[in-house]
Amino acid sequence: MALIFHRGIIANSQFFSRSSGVLFRRLRASRSCTSARGEGTANTLKEELIQVAPKRALEPNTHGFEAIIGIETHVQLFTLTKAFCSCPYVYGSRPNTTICPVCMGHPGTLPVLNSKVVEFAVKLGLALNCGLSMTSKFDRKHYFYPDLPKGYQISQFDIPIATKGFIDVDLPVEFGGGHRRFGITRVHMEEDAGKLLHSETGSYSQVDLNRAGVPLLEIVSEPDMRSGIEAAEYAAEIQRLVRFLGISNGNMQEGSLRCDVNVSVRPIGQSKFGTKVEIKNMNSFSAMNRAIDYEISRQVLLHSQGQSDQIFQETRLWEEGAQKTFTMRKKEGLADYRYFPEPDLPEVVLTKEFVDKLCQGLPELPEAKRRRYEKMGLTMQDVLFLANDNHVAEFFDASLENGADPKLAANWIMGDISAFLKNERLSITEIKLTPFELSELIASIKNGTISGKIGKEILFELLAKGGTVQSLIEEKDLVQASLIFPVRKASEFIIIVDPAAIEALVDKVLAANPKQLEQYRAGKTRLQGFFAGQVMKESKGKANPLVLNQILGVKLKGES
Amino acid sequence: MPPPPVRSPSRLLLCHCRLPFHISPQTRLPLSHNSSVRRRFHCSAVSAVSALSSDPQIAPTDLTTTPPSSHILSIRESLLSRRRTAADVAGEYLDRLRRTEPHIRSFLHVSETTMREAEEVDRLVASGKDLGPLAGVLVGVKDNICTAGMPSTGGSRILEGYRPPFDATAVRKLKEAGAIVIGKTNMDEFGMGSTTEGSGFQVTANPWDISRVPGGSSGGSAAAVSAKQCVVSLGSDTGGSVRQPASFCGVVGLKPTYGRVSRFGLMAYASSLDVIGCFGASVIDSAIVLNVVSGHDRFDSTSSTHEVPDYASFLMSTDHFESTPLKGLKVGMIRETIGDGVDVGVISSIKAAALHLEELGATITEVSLPSFSLGLPAYYVLASSEASSNLSRYDGVRYGNRATVDELNSLYGDSRADGLGPEVKMRILMGTYALSAGYYDAYYKRAQQVRTLIRKSFKDALEKMDILVSPAVPSPAYKIGEKVNDPLAMYAGDIMTVNVNLAGLPALVVPCGFVEGGSAGLPVGLQMIGSSFSEEKLLRIGHIFEQTLPNYRFVPPLFLELV
Ligand SMILES: [Zn+2]
Repeated sequence: MALIFHRGIIANSQFFSRSSGVLFRRLRASRSCTSARGEGTANTLKEELIQVAPKRALEPNTHGFEAIIGIETHVQLFTLTKAFCSCPYVYGSRPNTTICPVCMGHPGTLPVLNSKVVEFAVKLGLALNCGLSMTSKFDRKHYFYPDLPKGYQISQFDIPIATKGFIDVDLPVEFGGGHRRFGITRVHMEEDAGKLLHSETGSYSQVDLNRAGVPLLEIVSEPDMRSGIEAAEYAAEIQRLVRFLGISNGNMQEGSLRCDVNVSVRPIGQSKFGTKVEIKNMNSFSAMNRAIDYEISRQVLLHSQGQSDQIFQETRLWEEGAQKTFTMRKKEGLADYRYFPEPDLPEVVLTKEFVDKLCQGLPELPEAKRRRYEKMGLTMQDVLFLANDNHVAEFFDASLENGADPKLAANWIMGDISAFLKNERLSITEIKLTPFELSELIASIKNGTISGKIGKEILFELLAKGGTVQSLIEEKDLVQASLIFPVRKASEFIIIVDPAAIEALVDKVLAANPKQLEQYRAGKTRLQGFFAGQVMKESKGKANPLVLNQILGVKLKGES
Repeated sequence: MPPPPVRSPSRLLLCHCRLPFHISPQTRLPLSHNSSVRRRFHCSAVSAVSALSSDPQIAPTDLTTTPPSSHILSIRESLLSRRRTAADVAGEYLDRLRRTEPHIRSFLHVSETTMREAEEVDRLVASGKDLGPLAGVLVGVKDNICTAGMPSTGGSRILEGYRPPFDATAVRKLKEAGAIVIGKTNMDEFGMGSTTEGSGFQVTANPWDISRVPGGSSGGSAAAVSAKQCVVSLGSDTGGSVRQPASFCGVVGLKPTYGRVSRFGLMAYASSLDVIGCFGASVIDSAIVLNVVSGHDRFDSTSSTHEVPDYASFLMSTDHFESTPLKGLKVGMIRETIGDGVDVGVISSIKAAALHLEELGATITEVSLPSFSLGLPAYYVLASSEASSNLSRYDGVRYGNRATVDELNSLYGDSRADGLGPEVKMRILMGTYALSAGYYDAYYKRAQQVRTLIRKSFKDALEKMDILVSPAVPSPAYKIGEKVNDPLAMYAGDIMTVNVNLAGLPALVVPCGFVEGGSAGLPVGLQMIGSSFSEEKLLRIGHIFEQTLPNYRFVPPLFLELV
């Protein structure tokens, strides 16, 4: 194998313009800020809400066996600069263009911690309900590989920044639904390695160090998952969390979110774990789901054939084409990474003030959103859809703030709006429709100014071109036509929708036509049209026909 | 922050009775400046500054007991008074370097731009602009300290031809202060050794006796200052690598507190122990260099934000010394350093030095550091462990020598096998072993516990004493080749110094006497150890000691022969 490198990199100016490390004062640990957030009671409530759905029904046929699944997730943080130098990181940059002597591991260079990494780690630790280590440290993890410039990775070993948390997940309705809580063992900070680019012929490899030194948070779960869908939902929830927190783009295709899954199988009732197999190379949640279920079936089959000794401790790769896992490498004994405390970096000491401040700044997290939406009376399907994407949730919440009906807003967002987004390959933040106009649209349909069908037309105008509901109604003559009167140009008049004003007109007309009123009350109900015409005339055609007819009906029956 | 540049020669005149680094009367109080009381040192010891007026070139041939004068201040004075140009000074040093280098071999690389840079300084002088405190001063830089555009190999073949893309912070600060880097000095590979015999390129000789080692690992830097191939030099001290060669070569060597000087650009050997230090022919010169290179650096998270005092300002001329300038100073002589295994000549030199301190008013008490003997094994475990990690980057992948092979494991194996020397390989193996699963607790962790003990025992001792003293090395310079095959004997030589690194304390080595050997005797250095960030105190004491020491003449015979 030959290696080709971009050599002679000179320190760029940014190299000398970084802020120095973290200098937090020493304080004793204070476990999460739940009470500070005033969510203590919400948490207990939450626990009562947890319903355990029948699990067995969803899973691959396990024939009396049980799968134990644990996940290690690497989340790439989108800090402006790398973890220990001032290089930027932009996915897809030309190889070896965002590197400097520090992240290339030149002699004499030293790491300086980017304090944003600590901030992001604390945010994620809090969001995962973890306890924070008020004093943690970095360690060196040693191994030789060309993508690892220093011959060691700066990581955290025995004192990770956050430990012992949990994450709440709602399984998709189509997979049977149900709420789950999975334990989080730890969250620690570390740096990413570079990438090897193998030549097509396989005769040489090239090293790209752009990614070397990019900050990562590694999240280790408890082995709490039992099926592919649980694991996939766990990963999806991590993705939602990091996106809601604004600490990573969580993009699996770009490798910003990478999951290594450990799967073992044991007979139900046995407490000892079976041999653990690691699966890598899953680029989507659905691939995770399928890969794990495949692997469970493979192991269950070996168990049930009495060949459990054919399950090796190994790393297997998921092959999307074959829909199978294949052996990548067998693990021969435990790798000895010779961890020891990183002498180039001081301890990371958090202060209570620092943590409290981050805690107070945390956004509403997906789980809290789901529970809130649930309480609004939305279906679980709606809830999961809306809380899946923080931008969608923000849009939804903003339209509610403008008075939109939750169910109607949800329907519009999940229906026509999301169809439009899908077609146009846009995100909800990129469309011209504002949450305010959506709430206006909903109100206009609800109060009868326009019909639902016309509402749809207006919606597509708003999505494509923007503008306001009001101006579109006027421009397009879309005022709901009365059955009695010919359509008139909406722009010619202002529609009276105020019930009090219309009521006054109705009263006036009824008082002026006592004879017809008597006939009506005697049973000649067809006269309603006459009255409506009179009121409309009185209003110079401006009365909203729906409101008019509603008020007139009540008045004619003498119920006022 | 570097000291403010001296603006004009007229200002220098004010300093004729003290050094041109200004201090307020309050800070001078401990060494009260009372000109009406001229004490006994007045006659024998000439003022450091008045000695400047004599050409440094003739100083060595003057065989009186002149105390060492500041070469830095002398150069500065000549430039400001226009008596000499920086080019003259550079020419003189380069000429001497050319004549002495074939015998001493202290340099791995000599700069080709020295004269050009000196001329630049002269233009600055001519323009009347402010001069930095080291304007025109020629500095030797240990080869493990990165210099942009100049080879920096750390004494290792694996980095042969490597030119770093940046200057180490200490080098950058020197350059900003006007210094000229004259070249890169020889050293034991990556700092691992005590003789320079571990260099991947050459062995440096001791200017006092060229059949002997100059010490190490900063042997090139010490020998170069001793032979006046440069004015001052930078070294690095992980377990004694500045202090031991300072003692062997009869120069002043300063190992600052851990974190006092940025390590950015210093090729890491043992990161938690490494410190950049300096060599000078006098305490004042060391103090001026320390002034320039000290301070917090945002590229080194372990550098201290502790305030940097003006280390040179209080080093006054002997004219103002009282008869007992060290009155009230409590000096602890470390009992464990003057017993078995220490050369008798060294012990008597140190005892004589102690007597001299007593004459200056200090009280000497023997103190015991019970954990002292544990320092050596703890040091070798910790230093090797960190080295095994720090040297992982030398893999031939991104820079340095790469073996020509077509398979990844051989690329690593062969590049490292060919590029690294035997001592380095041994320490990598020891360190890898000490950090391995199952051995970590017995070695690395245990050694850290010992380190804590040592730190505490020093702290306790330094609560009772102002400073501690000991020999810097248990022996004078030994013969080249003498200990090459006996690494344990070589390691044992570090007993006096490693504890100080484990405790992170500052220490100053000042030449204090001679033992028999060579044509003119071999120098012995006195090590003074202070509490963290007490460099100011150490330098003040060292300066008084040096300026008042009778028969102070640490000019190597080689130098006299060749000049
Ligand atoms: Zn970088």
